[in-house]
Amino acid sequence: MRERERELVNYEKILLKNMETPGYTGDLAAYERAGGYRAIRKVLKEYKPEQVIEIVKKSGLRGRGGAGFPTGTKWGFIPKDPTLTKYLCVNADESEPGTFKDRQLIDRDPHQMLEGTLIAAYAIGAKVVYIYIRGEFALGAKILERAIAEARAKGYIGKDVFGSGIGIEIWVHRGAGAYICGEETALLESIEGKRGLPRAKPPFPAINGLYQKPTVVNNVETVSNLPHIINRGPEWYAAIGTPKSPGMRIFSVGGHVKRPGNYEVPLGISLRELIDEHAGGVRDGHRIKAIIPGGASAAFFTPEHLDVKLDFESIAQAGSMLGSGGVTVMDETTCMVWAAYNLLGFFHHESCGKCTPCREGSAWLYHILERIEHGEGRPEDLAQLERLCGNIAGKTVCAFGDAEVAPILSTLKHFRDEYEAHIREHRCPIGDGVAALAAR
Amino acid sequence: MRPYEGECLMLSESAKSRIVDLFPRYPDKHSVMLAALRVAQEERGYVTEEAMGEIAVLLEQTPVQVYETATFYTMFSLQPLGKHVIQVCRTLSCALVGADGLVRYLEQTLGIKAGETTPDGLFSLKTVECLAACGAGPMMQINDDYYEYLTGEKIDRILADLRREGRSPLASGPFLIPLLISSPP
Repeated sequence: MRERERELVNYEKILLKNMETPGYTGDLAAYERAGGYRAIRKVLKEYKPEQVIEIVKKSGLRGRGGAGFPTGTKWGFIPKDPTLTKYLCVNADESEPGTFKDRQLIDRDPHQMLEGTLIAAYAIGAKVVYIYIRGEFALGAKILERAIAEARAKGYIGKDVFGSGIGIEIWVHRGAGAYICGEETALLESIEGKRGLPRAKPPFPAINGLYQKPTVVNNVETVSNLPHIINRGPEWYAAIGTPKSPGMRIFSVGGHVKRPGNYEVPLGISLRELIDEHAGGVRDGHRIKAIIPGGASAAFFTPEHLDVKLDFESIAQAGSMLGSGGVTVMDETTCMVWAAYNLLGFFHHESCGKCTPCREGSAWLYHILERIEHGEGRPEDLAQLERLCGNIAGKTVCAFGDAEVAPILSTLKHFRDEYEAHIREHRCPIGDGVAALAAR
Repeated sequence: MRPYEGECLMLSESAKSRIVDLFPRYPDKHSVMLAALRVAQEERGYVTEEAMGEIAVLLEQTPVQVYETATFYTMFSLQPLGKHVIQVCRTLSCALVGADGLVRYLEQTLGIKAGETTPDGLFSLKTVECLAACGAGPMMQINDDYYEYLTGEKIDRILADLRREGRSPLASGPFLIPLLISSPP
């Protein structure tokens, strides 16, 4: 607990502040007692939609779903023509392995997210919002439905938002188990009731999105930032973090650490600080072997990368990506071939099947890794893996193709000797990778 | 498992009205597809061919459009399943902290393999991909509920609860980790 207190002193929490306050229930009354729904009132009274877009541009807020695109700029692409119907979709399809922040934002402070959603909808002129929540989040969907009903009963959501004469409806749309629906155009297809197959871009959703109308898709954490940016001003927000990656970020830390959890820190702190100070460090008697810094789609790092700063540019420069903020730590008991094999099991299962390189390639990658891990690898397999990866990345409609090759190419780069040992010794030299279940 | 003979596989009138009630939320009926399939699954425990046919009529789609959607999403089952469907997350973060051991433990305890249903129709077991509970693994979802930080002892209690009461108080509530966060120093 001592370390924890020090950290609380160091950084002022923004998004997790309410929910980390003892006794906070997350209902509408609690949210308003904590200062909630002030920002949307201010926006409706004082700002035109264009001014809200300018404020968000000035804050430097970048999307928290994975790509890090500047939010205000994304909104700016929406045509200003008031006769056009526009849609806002909130991406609550949190499915990137290693990431569990949006679930907490939804479960524990749904009104923070809803207030941000109203601000975003007003800014782009959307009268209808769909919150696309992954199907497995049954509890989260129930919590959101209840929060929306509370807000609707008070006139915060509906035909006349806060008596402004502006109508904004918010509906919860539940997914049904498909990772790819977190990709924004697959998400739109899924809302339209179809298979979640990503669309070719352009046209981008801002021009031709949901029901062929201009559409913005924003992540849960992204919209949750908005009330705070309005309340405290874009200059305040831009001063947190780094100049190009401003603000706080919630990192989900899991794997072999002492204290897995969601930690809200300014962008730009080191990976070492996040793991050692916040997540309690690697479990006793062990040392870090590899780290995935931004969800399963991000390239593996090694302990050499522990001083890399956690902001969009620094991580990209070091060869990986900040992605979804899901940080997975692995200690020396973890076989890297097994880890890549596990993740390719994920990608092989989740490939939507639209593009041949990804659909066929993910199966090939998975089966080659399977045989290497099981001691049946062939000397030519490593070159084969690299050739396959080169024929998938950049050759598909969406970024899934680039994502699925990242675990392989990065483990081949940093741990090639481990692959070679598997093939040479016809076995996994580390062990079967199976962590036992604790009895109690 | 097979449906018993003479079992009604059509949608009930109340299921149909639950589906129709959602139409005003969208500019077209097609968008109600996932919700309609969920209603169908909740009613019979799986999505029947008959229900898919009726959804096609309600949503003004062809039956194959309903079928291709139902088969794309992993949460829909076209075969009957056990009363309690246990889904164990097998993806990396959970695997690092004991997901494989959890699957083995459940297989031994239930006497079935992943992908199977117990002969009494009570439990189905399968492995699934990341459920966004990575910091709280190993974990499993049973029907709508998450169960996290699992140990052998905890699983025994959950299964006993489900056998006895049909539900377990060990299901996760609203998510917040680390849990110690707001305890006083």
